[in-house]
Amino acid sequence: MKNWRHQLGIIIPVLVVAGLVLWPVITGNNLNRETSFTILKAIALASSLNILLGYTGYVSFGHIVFYGFGGYVGLYFVNEQGWSIWTGILVGGIASGLLAFLLGKAILRLRGAYFALATIGINEAMKAFANNFDLFGGPIGMVLNFSVYKAYGGAAKALSMTFFIMAGLTFAALIISHFVRTSKFGLGLLAIRENEDAAEVMGVVTPDAKTWAYVLSAIIPGMVGVLFFFKNGHVEPPLAFPLNSSIELLVMVMLGGLGTVLGPILGAFAYQGMRGYLVTSDFFKDIQLSVSGVVLLLIVLFIPAGAVGWLRRRIPALRRVLA
Amino acid sequence: MQQLNLLLTSLPDGILLGFVFGLAAMGLALIWGVMNVINLSHGPIIALGMFGTFIFFIRLGIHPYLGIFLVAILGLLLGVFIYFTAVHRVINSPHLSSLMATFAVNMIIIGIGTAVFTTSPYNVDFNMGSFRLGSTTILGTRLIAALFAILFTGGLYLFLYKTRPGKYIRAVTNNRAAAELMGVPSTRILALSFGFGTMLAAVSGGLIATFFPFSILSGSGYELKSFVISVLGGLGNPIGALIGGLILGVLEGIIPSFLETSWVPVIEFALFIVILLVRPTGLFGVKR
Amino acid sequence: MTVILSIQKVSKNFGGLQALSQVSFDLPEGQILGLIGPNGAGKTTLFNAINGVYPPEQGRIIFRDKDITRSKPYHLARLGMARTHQIVQPLNELTVRENVMVGACFGRQNMSLGEASDVADEVLEFVGLTARFDQLAGSLNVTQKKRLEMARALASRPYLLLLDEVLAGLNSSEIEAMTMTVLKIRERGITIIMIEHVMKAVMNVSDRIIVLDYGQQIAEGTPEEVANNPQVIEAYLGDPKLAERLMEED
Repeated sequence: MKNWRHQLGIIIPVLVVAGLVLWPVITGNNLNRETSFTILKAIALASSLNILLGYTGYVSFGHIVFYGFGGYVGLYFVNEQGWSIWTGILVGGIASGLLAFLLGKAILRLRGAYFALATIGINEAMKAFANNFDLFGGPIGMVLNFSVYKAYGGAAKALSMTFFIMAGLTFAALIISHFVRTSKFGLGLLAIRENEDAAEVMGVVTPDAKTWAYVLSAIIPGMVGVLFFFKNGHVEPPLAFPLNSSIELLVMVMLGGLGTVLGPILGAFAYQGMRGYLVTSDFFKDIQLSVSGVVLLLIVLFIPAGAVGWLRRRIPALRRVLA
Repeated sequence: MQQLNLLLTSLPDGILLGFVFGLAAMGLALIWGVMNVINLSHGPIIALGMFGTFIFFIRLGIHPYLGIFLVAILGLLLGVFIYFTAVHRVINSPHLSSLMATFAVNMIIIGIGTAVFTTSPYNVDFNMGSFRLGSTTILGTRLIAALFAILFTGGLYLFLYKTRPGKYIRAVTNNRAAAELMGVPSTRILALSFGFGTMLAAVSGGLIATFFPFSILSGSGYELKSFVISVLGGLGNPIGALIGGLILGVLEGIIPSFLETSWVPVIEFALFIVILLVRPTGLFGVKR
Repeated sequence: MTVILSIQKVSKNFGGLQALSQVSFDLPEGQILGLIGPNGAGKTTLFNAINGVYPPEQGRIIFRDKDITRSKPYHLARLGMARTHQIVQPLNELTVRENVMVGACFGRQNMSLGEASDVADEVLEFVGLTARFDQLAGSLNVTQKKRLEMARALASRPYLLLLDEVLAGLNSSEIEAMTMTVLKIRERGITIIMIEHVMKAVMNVSDRIIVLDYGQQIAEGTPEEVANNPQVIEAYLGDPKLAERLMEED
C-alpha cells in the first residue's frame, strides 16, 4: 500500500449524492424533490460539523449558529440591498467563516469540555443578539419580499433552482471533506484529535490547524442558511437557531462515524429516515427531541465510533473504500 | 444620581437572587468537581424543579415551602437514576462521551417535557407579601427563597464535612483511585454525588418558580448562569459557588439599568469566556 | 566540536516547588548524553523545558545557535528536535504507519504525504515494526508502542533526539536490542540525550553523564567518574530501589 491517498473514498459519497439529485429529476415529483432537499441539507451540515468534530475532535454543541448567522447576513443583503442570491450565498459563507475565525481566536485555546461549554454559550448569546439586532429585524426577523423571486423567473422556478444550488453546496461539502481526509492538513487534525499535546511535540501547529478547521466547518453551513431562508421566505431567531438542530447534527455525525467522508452521509440518511417516520406518527411528533436524545445516548454508550467506524475496525480491508 | 439610585434599589434584589443562582450552580459544580463530568442536563432539571413546585402546589395543594422538600427528594432520585443509566458507563471515557451523554439526557427531558407541558409559560401564583427596606421593596418570596438557598448550602456543607458519606465524597473528589483502594464504594458515592447535584438544581428551580413565570425551556438560561458561576467561583467549593452566585446576581441586577434585559445572556457568555481565558481556576478554585 | 545545544542557568518552578535550579551544560554534536537522577529529580521537567512544553522562568536555551527558550514545541520540531515520552503517547485510532507519517510530515523537512509515506516505511523497518504497519496504534503492546514512539521521532529527521526512559519496563534482551538501536541512531549523526533509570545500560551507552537531584546538577562527567562520585551515590542511596540495582550490577 504505497500511496496514502484514499481516492476511492470519494466514490461512494459522490454516487449517493448524485443519486439523491437525480431521483426527483427522473421521477419528476416535487414531493421527492423536497425530501431530497432535506436530506441534502442534512448531509451538507453534518459533513461540515464532521470537520470539527470528527477530524479535530472538538465538540461543538452550537454549530447551528453558523447556519443562522450566515443565513441572516446573506438574506439581509438579498432582501434589503437587492443583491442576487448567488452573491448573497457567497456573503453568507464569508460572514460565517469570519465569525468562526474570530470566535476561534477566543475559544479554541480552551480544551475539551470547556470548549464544548463555550459553544453552548455561543448559541444562547447569538439568539439574544439576533433578538436585539434591529438590522436583522429583531424578534420578528425578516420577511422576504416576494418580488425577489421575480428575478429568477417566479416563485416556482426559484424553488426548483434552490434545489440544484443545494445539490451544488452538498457536493462542495463533500469535496471539502474529502480534501481534509486526504491532505496533510487532515492528518494534522487527526493527530490533534488523538492527542493534542503529542501532536504539538511532533510539529503540528495546533492553533492554526484548529482555526482553519473551525473556519472550514462554518462556511458551508452559512451558505446553506442563506439558501434555506431564501427558499423559506422568511427568517426569525427560533428558525435561525433551532434547538433541535444542535442535537440532530451531533446524532448524524456520531451515528455515521467520526472522521470519515461517508459517515455523515450515512448518518444523515439514517436520521432523516427515522425522522420522516416519526413525523407521520402523531405520538412521536411531540417527543421527537426525546427520541433523538435516546438515539444519541445509545450511540455514545454502545457504539461511539459510529457505524462506519465500527465497520472499519472489524473489516480492515474495507478501510480503503470506506474513507 | 438617578442611575446610582436605580443601582442601589436593584442591589438587594440582586443579592437575594444571587443566593438562588448560587444554589443552582452548586449542583453543577458538585458533579463537575467530584467526577469531572459536566452535567449538560442541568438546565432541564432546574425546569423540572420548577414544574415540581407547580404540580405540588397548584395541582395537589401542597404549600410550596413543604413541596420544596419533595422536589429535593425527587431530584435526588432522578439524579441517581440518570447516573446509572447514562453516566456510569462513560465515567472513565474521554470527556466527549460524558458531555454527549448528559446532553442526550437534556434533550430527552425537554422532549418529554414539551410533550407533557408544551412550551407555554406557567405561573405559580404565590405571594408572601413584601416589605420596604429604605427605598427598595423586598418581595417575601425572594427573601424566603434566599433563606432556603442558604439553608441548603449549609446543609450541604455540613454533610460534606461532618458525615461519613460526605467524607467519602471529598475523598473521591480528591483522588478516586486512591479512595477506591481505601475501600470507598466509589460507584455508590458517585451516584450519590450526582444525585445531590441534581437535587440542588431541582430545588433551585422549585424556589425560582415561586417568584418567576417559567416554561420547560427556562432551564437553559439558568444553565448558562451556572456555568459562569462555576468557573467564577471555582470548582469543588460550595462557598465559592455561592459567592459566585452573589456576584452574578448583583451584576444582573445592575445591567438592566444600562442595557435591555435580553442582552444579559450575551454579557454572561462574554464573562464566561473571559474568565476561562484569564483565570480558569476561578476566584476560589480548589481544582483545575 | 560544535555545540548543538546549550543549557544556560535554566531554572523552573511550579508554584512553590523549585523543579530545576540553574542547570547548565553544553552538548556537543553527535554525543550521547545520559541524564540520570532519583525519581522527581527534574529530568523530565528539563526535557519539557528544552522542548517548549513548560518554558523555564530563568535561563536560556540555545539550539543550533538559535535562542529557543520561549519557542513552542511545534517550532522546535521544525528546527530539528524530537522527543519521546516517559508514558507513551500513541495516536490510538491511527495506524502505525499513519502515526509515523505525522512525525515525518510535520518534522524538520515538512514532507508531503507521498514523501512521508516512503520515510515511514524506512523508519518502521529500522525499528522493526514493518509487519504491523496497518495495525491501529492503540492495539500495540507497550514495547511496540515505545518503538513506535521512537519511529515517530526519527521520522521527523531530527538533529537532536530526547529519549525519556525508553528502556523502562523492558526485559534484558529487549534492553540490549534497544541499546543497539540507540547506538545506530547516533551513527546516523543524531545527537541524543537519554533519561534513564536502567543504570547498566545508560552507563554503557553514554559518552557523558549528568546527574540531577532535587532540580540541581550534582555531578557531570564520564560514566566512570560519575559512578564513583560520593555525592551521586548518596543521592541514590536515598532511593532504595536504585541503590539495590546499583549493588547487584556490580
